[in-house]
Amino acid sequence: MKSNKITDHLILMVGALFMLIPIWLIFASSTHNPNTIVSEGLQWLPGDNMVAIYDEAWNKSLGFSDAVTAKSMIINSMIMGLGFAFGKIVISMMAAFALVYFRLPYATAWFWLIFVTLLLPLEVRIIPSYEVVAGLGLLNSYTGLILPLIASATATFFFRQFFKTIPDELLEAAQLDNAGPFRFLIDILLPLSKTMIAAIFIIMFVVGWNQYLWPIMMTTDESYNTIVMGIKQVLNNINETSLPRYDYAFAMVILAMLPPILVVVLFQRWFVKGLVESEK
Amino acid sequence: MLGIKQLVKTYENGHQAVKGVSLEIKKGEFLVLVGPSGCGKSSILRSIAGLESISGGEIHLGGRRVDTEKPALRDIAMVFQNYALYPHMSVYDNLAYGLKNRGVSKPEIQSKIEKVAKTLKIEEYLDRKPAKLSGGQRQRVAMGRAIVRDPQLFLFDEPLSNLDAALRAHMRLEIKKLQRELGVTSVYVTHDQVEAMTLADRIVVLNKGEIEQVGTPAEVYHQPASTFVASFIGSPAMNFIPAVIDEGYLTVGEQQLYLSDYAHLNNETVTLGIRPEHAEILSLSNKTESLSHSPLNLNLQISVVEPLGPNQLVHGKVESTSFIAVTPEMELDQSADLSLVINKENLHIFGKDSKRIPPIKEAVANPISAQEIGDVSTETLSSAIA
Repeated sequence: MKSNKITDHLILMVGALFMLIPIWLIFASSTHNPNTIVSEGLQWLPGDNMVAIYDEAWNKSLGFSDAVTAKSMIINSMIMGLGFAFGKIVISMMAAFALVYFRLPYATAWFWLIFVTLLLPLEVRIIPSYEVVAGLGLLNSYTGLILPLIASATATFFFRQFFKTIPDELLEAAQLDNAGPFRFLIDILLPLSKTMIAAIFIIMFVVGWNQYLWPIMMTTDESYNTIVMGIKQVLNNINETSLPRYDYAFAMVILAMLPPILVVVLFQRWFVKGLVESEK
Repeated sequence: MLGIKQLVKTYENGHQAVKGVSLEIKKGEFLVLVGPSGCGKSSILRSIAGLESISGGEIHLGGRRVDTEKPALRDIAMVFQNYALYPHMSVYDNLAYGLKNRGVSKPEIQSKIEKVAKTLKIEEYLDRKPAKLSGGQRQRVAMGRAIVRDPQLFLFDEPLSNLDAALRAHMRLEIKKLQRELGVTSVYVTHDQVEAMTLADRIVVLNKGEIEQVGTPAEVYHQPASTFVASFIGSPAMNFIPAVIDEGYLTVGEQQLYLSDYAHLNNETVTLGIRPEHAEILSLSNKTESLSHSPLNLNLQISVVEPLGPNQLVHGKVESTSFIAVTPEMELDQSADLSLVINKENLHIFGKDSKRIPPIKEAVANPISAQEIGDVSTETLSSAIA
């Protein structure tokens, strides 16, 4: 038993190191002079250039027109990630509400129809999606970035399963308490779903943040660039220069990772708190 | 007050849970619907509440027809089996929610809740979440949520089934006291015959979606309308022995006994019902008195004795049908037969259709109730045979 524990921990540690070391290497290297990186490769220890390079990466544009900085791209990504997460939560919650609580003819069939859309990810339908969005004149807009991806079969599935575990008696009590469907949704279901919402928010925010293909198709105007697109662009641009500014690119990668990490850390605490408190 | 006319409830899968039930409930009355699971008692209650649509019949409450109205507009409050308190709201908010949704002003809500909290002694818990309350406290809050709205009718859906035995007895008493105090008309569903007997002004015994008997606890116990009611009410259940009656002469095994009240029956095969608590041990009963009344004597072949403390259950066989007798606590010689005597007044006679055959004097003395029993019999005849 004890030896098992040791092996468990060993495997865990190896796994954690396997994931953390590349990030550490990037962070440590980003604080060195670009010359050092080019001549000596990635660095294990942080250098002395930390404040300056992050200030530069945040505020200065490299390889773009002046207005596009890491800051502006992170704001774009933020808008996309939040719009994505909130939109998906609102839409899938309403869909699940309709599927579970209304006497919808063929509710199960409808649900499976929604579920089947999982078989058609964005990559498969990207040309028609682009056509539609272009036809609606939504290219180069936040609406165009968010709206076409906002329906989520996964989130609908999660909410549906969760609503099914809520005892019917609560609905009946609410009915007797003169709560209509909308009141029931807002006053009873929403607070009870807090944990579920936090979980879906984490997942969907990260998914939205990491969107790459869709924004690249959608936006020709650089002011709509997201940070994930931006990193690729920066790498392309600096590779062609005589002294590639890898420090700058690395700093940008670290900046791009921070918001999703923050979201996961913050919401996970809330998520666990919700799990502990909301016993029925 | 509450009138139910020919209520029918058929579920989508074709199962007919309630088959034409009619009931009249007086103002302030405590009516208990009792029956085994699947007898339709919950369906009736939920139909009254409006949580289920009805397939036929009418429901009237306080002079207006309510079966087409939304549950919230029926002026009914319900206490659920699992309390159904909103887990994310404090006790205060739980009580306030129904009032808030009806547009009651905040100060009024507060004064109402304070009053109810005082009655139910839950003032200390008003800020707590339901998860932090014990079973009994949750039960009180669930009652409070019903009381605070001051409805015309209370519905209880097996509210005590989640409590342990001691607390159940305690809450049972509290519900009864509270109901008397508030004088609110109540319909209470349970499968527990003890709850039914102790709480009810009138009991409705249901079986397979039909009414077997409606009556006061005493009527249901002393004059059960059918073998079903007889075996359902009372614990341990009534014993049944096959017998024959011919012009008042009851033949049980070898024994014959004259029952003047049943002189009108000619050579009928009947079922003789005897409550375990009415079977007395011959050696203990007052012999001279018993003999003067010429009681029924039975020999019980003992198989098992279950001591209960104050008394004991003696299981065995009489005339090769199983029989239970309740006797005072005592040592019994299990190898010998136990002689039991049963007074004539404590014999219940059921016909071949398993309906009660009322004695003549009862029929004469109380013709109306006998007529009622007769009516019920014809209604439920088919199901009882089935």
